[in-house]
Parts: sequence; C-alpha cells; structure tokens
Amino acid sequence: MPEIKELIKQLADKHGRTRESLLPILQGVITEERFISDAAMAEVARELDMSAALVYGTATFYSFLDTKPRGKYVIRVCKTITCDMKGKRQILQTLEDVLKVKAGETTKDNKFTLLEANCLGWCHKGPAMLINEEAYTELTPEKVSEIIGEYMKK
Amino acid sequence: MPDKKLKRVDLIFSDDCNCKDVLAAGLKKSNEEILKEILDSGLRGRGGAGFPTGLKWKFTSQEASEEKYVVCNADEGEPGTFKDREILTRVPMKVFGGMAICGKVIGAKHGYVYLRGEYQFLRADLEKVLEEFHANIKAEGFDFQIHILMGSGAYICGEESALFESMEGKRGEPRNKPPYPTIAGFRSKPTVINNVETLVYAFMITRIGADKFQELGTADSRGSKVFSISGDTPIAGIYELELGMSLEDFVEEFGDGDTKAVQVGGASGFCVPRKKFKDTIIGFEGVPTGGSMMLFNSSRSMYNVLKNYVQFFEEESCGQCTPCRVGCQQLIKGIEAVKKGEKSITYLNTLQKLADTMKVTSKCGLGQSVANSFSSIVDNFKEEMIY
Repeated sequence: MPEIKELIKQLADKHGRTRESLLPILQGVITEERFISDAAMAEVARELDMSAALVYGTATFYSFLDTKPRGKYVIRVCKTITCDMKGKRQILQTLEDVLKVKAGETTKDNKFTLLEANCLGWCHKGPAMLINEEAYTELTPEKVSEIIGEYMKK
Repeated sequence: MPDKKLKRVDLIFSDDCNCKDVLAAGLKKSNEEILKEILDSGLRGRGGAGFPTGLKWKFTSQEASEEKYVVCNADEGEPGTFKDREILTRVPMKVFGGMAICGKVIGAKHGYVYLRGEYQFLRADLEKVLEEFHANIKAEGFDFQIHILMGSGAYICGEESALFESMEGKRGEPRNKPPYPTIAGFRSKPTVINNVETLVYAFMITRIGADKFQELGTADSRGSKVFSISGDTPIAGIYELELGMSLEDFVEEFGDGDTKAVQVGGASGFCVPRKKFKDTIIGFEGVPTGGSMMLFNSSRSMYNVLKNYVQFFEEESCGQCTPCRVGCQQLIKGIEAVKKGEKSITYLNTLQKLADTMKVTSKCGLGQSVANSFSSIVDNFKEEMIY
C-alpha cells in the first residue's frame, strides 16, 4: 500500500490534481501495476479531492483501465472480423494451451493475463495481438509460442 | 501483376517537400488566403463524416473566444481502418504542420493529439518529432504548442464530443448537439477537431494550391483519400487513391477474383454485394468511407461478419442511451434466434425495424450507424442469415 500511495502522489505531481488529470493518472497506474485496485482508486480520489465514485465511473468506462487483478503481461488478441478471418481462433487456442488459461483468466504465477480485444488497427496484418503496449502481427501458432517463450524467460 | 487502373496519388506520404519550409510558407500567408484555399479545394473531413474542412475552420475562426483549440482525432478505431497509424508513423511532421496552420487561422495557441491507447507504442517517437516541430515553430515566431493525450481503449471516443469528454478526464460519453465543437468543444471552447488525414491534406493544400487538389476526384468528392484495404485480398495494405472510383474497378484491382461483398466504411459503413459493384461509387455522392475497405470472398459467412459487427457495437456502446444499449443486445439475440430456427424468417423484418428505430433515436453516430451494416447485410444476404 505505501508504494501505491507514493506512485499516485508522483503521478499527481506530474499531471496535476484537476479532473483533466484523472485519465493520465489512471493510465500511469496501469503502466506500473497493470490494473487499478479499489485501494488505488480510493487513493486517487483522495489525492485529487473528488469522490471515489467519479474515479470508479471513469476507470470502468475504458477497456484498458482494468480494475480486476492482471498479470505482469496483459495479452490482448484482436477478435474483430479480419483478424478473425485470418485465424484468430487458432491464435487464441495456442495461447490458451501454452499459458494453460482460458481467455479472461490470469496465470497462477500472475505473469500473464489473456484477453480478447476489439479492432487493434492491424487489419492488413492479422491476426494481431498486443502484449502490454507492444504490437505483434501476422501471427501463426508457431510464432505465438515463440513470442510467449521469450516473455516466459523475462 | 494486374493493370493498375485506379489512379495512385502521392500527397500524404510523399517526401518531396521539406515540412519546415511548407510550414514557414503556410504561416506567412494571411488567414483569409489559407481559408480560401481550403474552402476552394473542396476538402471534406477524412474521418468518415465528410464535413467541409474549410467551413469548420471558418466557423471557429469567427468565434470571439480568447481560448480556442485544435484537436487531432487520432482515435482510429473503426474496424478495417489503420491508415492514421501509418500516417503518424511516417509523416507526423505533416500532421503537426496542419494543426499549426489551423491554429493560426482560428487563433488557437494549443493543439492536442488524442491518440488511441492501442497506439501507445507510437508515443515516444511522436514526442521526439514534436520537439523538433516546436523548435521549428518557435523559429517562425509563432506561439503554438501541441500536446499528446492518450485514449484507453474505447471506440466511442472517436466520436468528437465523446473525445472531448475523455480529454477532460471523464467517461467518453457523447454530448448532445448542438452546440457543435466550432462553438463549444474541448473545455466548452471553440474547437476545430479534424481527422489525422484531413490535417495532412490541409497542410498539403497550402503547398500545392486548391486547383491541384480539385483536379482530383469528382464534383462531390474532391481530391484523394487513403484507403485501408484488408480481408480477402492478395495485396492488403494502405493505398492513396483518387476519390470517385467505381467499386467494380476497385474489386478488379484489389479482389482475389472471388469477391462476393465489400464492406465500405467499416462496421458502421455499408455492405455492397457483387451485383451492385458496378453501380457503386466510392465517395460522398455514393458510399462514403473513412478509408476502411474490407473484402469478403465466397468462402465467408456473412452471418458471421454481421454478428462480429453487432457484437463489436454492443461492447463499444457507451450505454448512455437506451436505443443503442438495448438495441445492440436485441439485434444479436435476434439474429442468433433466427439462425437457430427459434424465430421465423419474418423476424428479420422486426429486427430491421429495430435497427431503423436506432438510426432515428440514438444519441450519437454509433447507435445511428448500426443500421447501415445491419440492413445492408441482412437485405443482401438474407439466405445466409437463415441457413
């Protein structure tokens, strides 16, 4: 808890303490923690002197501002039509097999969370996925296993 | 290699100009001169809606407010669109240049790029280019700062008033219109909000002049456009083409020989079946598009395509107004029930009525445009919805 308090203070010092600072601060929490806990939301509310309901309402609106615990690496597989046509299902299946979780779940070691996402903007190079901020395109099951292998070593 | 029938244009990505010089020359022109150029060029917004860019700039310039803003809408989220990412990757200086020239014309000192969260990886490079840009603009003695704000994975924030809400740190829920952004946009101040591509065209028009731009395209759709081409095509990618082509010529060049339908304008656009390719013009006089062109060949189930689109809308609906929130849910349930045989074929007519109601009663473009893809797919591929 002291760490999250410190993080939020630093973020508020950087982005300010107005309503407009709220999104950048929540995004900053995501970058560091991968999700925004209830305690973090309450702390943001305290730091910005606004109601926790406002913070909660804003955070839960945005799909990248996760409020449920997430792993260190959040994988988002694009499920929109062209990626779907180009083999998204095999990609998701491969990820589920390699990570031994279903879409929506986090691995036991808290390292990976597997999610599906709407159009990521790589329709000409589908199937595509994001791992945190990094984009991976023209995926094949082999390529995916390789990429995850690299992350497992980290 | 098939014959290239469609005219390739190279305005957006061309590197035959020095952005610094174009910017300097643009800033030396009078506001009236620039406005006249943009108006005369016939440039219309490239995000999809197609509002005349010159008018937007003119209206905002006429507002008396001390504080005004230029916003670059880089929240590209329409399925099948990826051109803005490419533009921001390859020619960010042109985007910033367009913003600065707009800032000069309307009297704004600050510009904002609202970049979708999915493109976070672009940010570091953009910040670097911004440093150089700010140095250039300072050298010209023009006071204008550009800031980058990030989205967080919400399609609806591409809707301009939702985007302002998000910039203000709120839920990205669209506002009632009017007032329009030219009167009350970001922070309720007069704001020009343009798509990434529009800003680059505006920038290039100050260089090549309105006449050169006008020579391209048709009376209703002047100039060229960057197309994002994906789906069943051997040459998926980004192409800048002259507006006003027939879909038949387009398919001949980009199809795989077995194209049965093209979705023009993304999930919120229209599905055109093979028999209508010949009579369909891509442009504001025909079927407009923000650039998204998705090709489907005969191996694809149009039921799956439609379901994918409606699910997309159902998830991305902000939930603020009932027609859109409940309508999307019911449309999915409905087509599933028809497919399973739980509802008769005539139920599709009921669903079409619902889609039409959403078009009339939804608060913003999201709910209003669900009917575009819904009706055009159901009308043209009814048998695929049932069997």
